[in-house]
Amino acid sequence: MLLRDTALLFGRYARQTLRSPFQIFFGVLMPLLYLLFFGPLLTGLPLGREGDSWQILVPGLLLQLGLFGASFAGFSIIMEKGWGVFDRMRVTPVSRLALLLGRVLRDAALFVFQAVLLVLAAIPMGLRAPVVGILVGFGFVALLSAALASLSYALALKLRTPQEFGPAINTLAMPAMLLSGLMLPMALAPGWLDVVSHLMPFRYLVDAVREAYIGHYTTPTMLYGVLVALGLTALAVTVGTRTFRSAGASLG
Amino acid sequence: MPIISTAGLARTFTGRNGPVEAVRGIDLTVRPGEILGLLGPNGAGKTTTLRMLTTLLPPTGGTATVAGHDLVENPAAVRRHIGYVAQSGGLDPQETVRSELVTQARLYGQDRAGAAARAEELAADLGLTELLDRRTPALSGGQRRRLDLAMGLTHRPEVLFLDEPTTGLDPGSRTDLWALVRRLRDEHGTTVVLTTHYLDEVDALADRLVIVDKGTVVAEDSPAGLKAAHGATTLQEAFLAVTGRGPAPADTTPVAV
Repeated sequence: MLLRDTALLFGRYARQTLRSPFQIFFGVLMPLLYLLFFGPLLTGLPLGREGDSWQILVPGLLLQLGLFGASFAGFSIIMEKGWGVFDRMRVTPVSRLALLLGRVLRDAALFVFQAVLLVLAAIPMGLRAPVVGILVGFGFVALLSAALASLSYALALKLRTPQEFGPAINTLAMPAMLLSGLMLPMALAPGWLDVVSHLMPFRYLVDAVREAYIGHYTTPTMLYGVLVALGLTALAVTVGTRTFRSAGASLG
Repeated sequence: MPIISTAGLARTFTGRNGPVEAVRGIDLTVRPGEILGLLGPNGAGKTTTLRMLTTLLPPTGGTATVAGHDLVENPAAVRRHIGYVAQSGGLDPQETVRSELVTQARLYGQDRAGAAARAEELAADLGLTELLDRRTPALSGGQRRRLDLAMGLTHRPEVLFLDEPTTGLDPGSRTDLWALVRRLRDEHGTTVVLTTHYLDEVDALADRLVIVDKGTVVAEDSPAGLKAAHGATTLQEAFLAVTGRGPAPADTTPVAV
């Protein structure tokens, strides 16, 4: 039942996304601009860790893409609530978890597709990395997108006023991006900033993808990255499902 | 055996300025095949009551059985037997009429072929066949309402809940919708619970009406019985007598505007 319902809803949302090329390609624009106009500045700089500048920047941009893209996923549910589509579906016997997973899987697929485009664009810029490492990177993008999209839907359902949603997400996403060292590795940071950044779960993800891009798959950094990514996703989907179950229980 | 029975059904919201008792305790019994009109002033708790009976909102007090299943213990079973059309409808502007009907049937467990057949059948039944491949924003108000209704009827529910089904419709579309509701009951024995502000609507359609005010049931009778009980010639007079909201005296100014 859950699998069938999830596949059904994934199909519906995927078709809606495919009908909107804007939605498909717009998300890749910001990281692409960083790649083109920021990436070349780093090529000669000492970045404090192994790997050339592209092997350090591209993993950061991949996660930036997931971070900003998936955090705003909740907007679509605010619209669906407004149209009455969300309640219409909740009146049917469809699995509550499928209502969440159908969307989240569409989001993960969309952001992995954008990640592929970004990596393809990075190759002529000078990126060289092992294929396995690149695939591992896509895996992290998928987990990060799924986790953040789940949290974004939960937040969108909790907020009483939809106009609070955009500012709330921006306020959370900006420090998350800066503190996880997506643009420049935290190896460059002074001690206090390095400590603070270790409190940010995304830091472990980006460090792990950077390891993968230089062909290191069995290091502690990779292990921490995988554990944090899986833990974050499990937590986020749990929070999301709870919120979907009780949706509508608040006033308004 | 009633198809809906509630005892003390209540819902309190936690608002910013303390608890808000939207529904204080509704006792309601609906017989199978009955058309029940739920009336009441704005804010009386009609929509909140419907949202509880349709499993969208968990009650904070009381008990209810809908279509043979306990609302709180087994909402999933209730969902399989009821249909609900919200006041604002529930159509996605990105979708076509056909895809909405097919998805809805699939959400109720039909396989692909069954869902496609059911979509055709519903469209034929509700005069939507010509419109199947249009996107929903291209429909007129009356056509949208028929599609909303078709969505609620996808799984041939035993109980259909309609929240202000004719608000915003022109007189012709309203009469069509009334005929459709009567046909559902006469041909399929469907129980219909509808809320409305139009007193002529319940007068023409409902076997029985329940007036809700400030979150409780304040009157319950057939339209003729209610008029007789209050010595009223119109349902409007009876309604105003029950809810105590007569025409405002000319010399009073509103407290707040």
